[in-house]
Amino acid sequence: MSESVGGTGETFVTNRPQQPQNPAVPDGWEIIIGLEVHAELATHTKLFSGSLNEFGGEPNTNIDPVTLGLPGALPVLNRQAVELAIRTGLALNCTVQRSVFARKNYFYPDMPKGYQISQYDLPINVDGWLEIPAGQDGAATRIGIERAHLEEDTGKSSHMGGASGRIHDAAYSLIDFNRAGVPLLEIVGRPDLRTADEAKAYVSELRDILVAVGASDGKMEEGSMRVDCNVSVRRIGEGLGTRCEIKNVNTLRGLGRAIDYEARRQIDLINSGEEVQQETRHWNDDTGRTSTLRSKEEATDYRYFPEPDLVVVDPGPEWIESVRAALPMLPRERRARLVERTEVSARGAAIVVERGLDNLVVAAIEAGGDPNRTITHAEHNLAGDDAGRLTPEGLAALTRLEVEGAVTATQAKTLLAAMVERGPSADPVAIAAELGFEAMKSDELDAIVDRLIAEFPDDWAKFCGGENKVMGFFVGQVMKATQGKADGKAVTAALNARKP
Amino acid sequence: MPERITRDDVEAVARLARLRLTDAELDLSAKELDAILGHADDIASLDLAGVEPTSHPYPLGNVFRDDVATPSLDRDEVLAAAPAAEDGMFRVPPVIGEEP
Repeated sequence: MSESVGGTGETFVTNRPQQPQNPAVPDGWEIIIGLEVHAELATHTKLFSGSLNEFGGEPNTNIDPVTLGLPGALPVLNRQAVELAIRTGLALNCTVQRSVFARKNYFYPDMPKGYQISQYDLPINVDGWLEIPAGQDGAATRIGIERAHLEEDTGKSSHMGGASGRIHDAAYSLIDFNRAGVPLLEIVGRPDLRTADEAKAYVSELRDILVAVGASDGKMEEGSMRVDCNVSVRRIGEGLGTRCEIKNVNTLRGLGRAIDYEARRQIDLINSGEEVQQETRHWNDDTGRTSTLRSKEEATDYRYFPEPDLVVVDPGPEWIESVRAALPMLPRERRARLVERTEVSARGAAIVVERGLDNLVVAAIEAGGDPNRTITHAEHNLAGDDAGRLTPEGLAALTRLEVEGAVTATQAKTLLAAMVERGPSADPVAIAAELGFEAMKSDELDAIVDRLIAEFPDDWAKFCGGENKVMGFFVGQVMKATQGKADGKAVTAALNARKP
Repeated sequence: MPERITRDDVEAVARLARLRLTDAELDLSAKELDAILGHADDIASLDLAGVEPTSHPYPLGNVFRDDVATPSLDRDEVLAAAPAAEDGMFRVPPVIGEEP
């Protein structure tokens, strides 16, 4: 099959529920964001040669004729890089297709061949999507992926000297080619994102997926995941505005700040009657501003053509299906699993998966734990680090104590904290006994309720007459009489049962 | 017959490729490139509806290497061949403007 660049793939933004006004921009405006993420693939060696792919080595120690672009050196494609590209493509719901490498021609010292080997009109992965988890007030949202293609990374340049220490004033540059030729997957998202928070959630979800499938370590701080950000603004309902591409965004927080700054800058320009120029801008995390990167005339004419030194890559159904079958459970599926098994909200499921507590929850449910009480503890009472301090059996036993009415919800919380503190061998039943959380037997509760009804006949009459707020009074009295050992739900049930 | 490639086109491409061509070379290249595009036009005039585009002339695909390391070149030896080096790195004139 063949796909053109820019494809005809679905854009998902119309599926999104009505969003509240984005506080980062004035009423009536919206930000349109599309991200290009470069992920370094976790191979042992480079994309086209056996030079090591490793971070942080002495400069120019992982170099060979292919890396340096020496005359006559020929690239040979690393099978594992293709495997990881397919894995990521499938995890991003892409179509994996027959693909062709192309030369992207330009002159820059970190790319000594005079061209970068990339993929152009036939990328290996096309037309996918990624689900960003539900935010504070939204549902999960699908963001389109246009393509995810293989290419080689460039060397690293350090700009030296110059009075101001700024890039533009450098006296000379030093080049380290260790990174040159490292396999990259460039993941091009559709402009479906609308807020800085969504963009951050997208990158975070993408990182989780890359890590889950073992394609990349996803470390933004080490540059193994690099984000370029296209931002434009428009009055809601109008056509797309002119976009700027922002580079040098190195953290999730920086990404959010850069988007909000750039959107404000563009709106201010438009409001003062000026036009946004299409350009590449550099984010400065210290000043919190973006600035124009000088752009050479015709610099964007890359004169792509098929790379004659590499043949086509056509993975075929057998390879693709074997990769698909071996995919691990992805974050989206992990969230869905919680929503299916419990009554948790989409947001709650996202939180539990984010904390890495979902496997514990599922195992506890399978060990006979109460599904909703289990997930409630994971959502509200546990941190990610706590997973290793608990066993599924212990957590399941705790929720059974709650279901049996042996401990109240408040007592269960205290018990859980004690279990986390004591570690995996802690037994909730033993701790409950130790803390004096004795079982509040139902006949005991019944006796107390009957006594209170007799003690407060006027209030009881009001309750029976339909004044439901008096319920709180009786529950409070029961709690007082039992020193908080009664279960709120059991008390409510006992009171309602006595209503004539 | 209209020109498919002008002298200006050749000049622009030569600039991108960092080639300095003489006037005579510009004229000759324009003529030669025009002939090549003429050949492409001939092909385009055929009925190629059922023919896949050809990116490579070889009937080959899926040529891979295993993800196995091979030795690196000796850094000092490589840098000795460079016009300038510093701190184990290649020293180059200042790079201005945008990284592509």
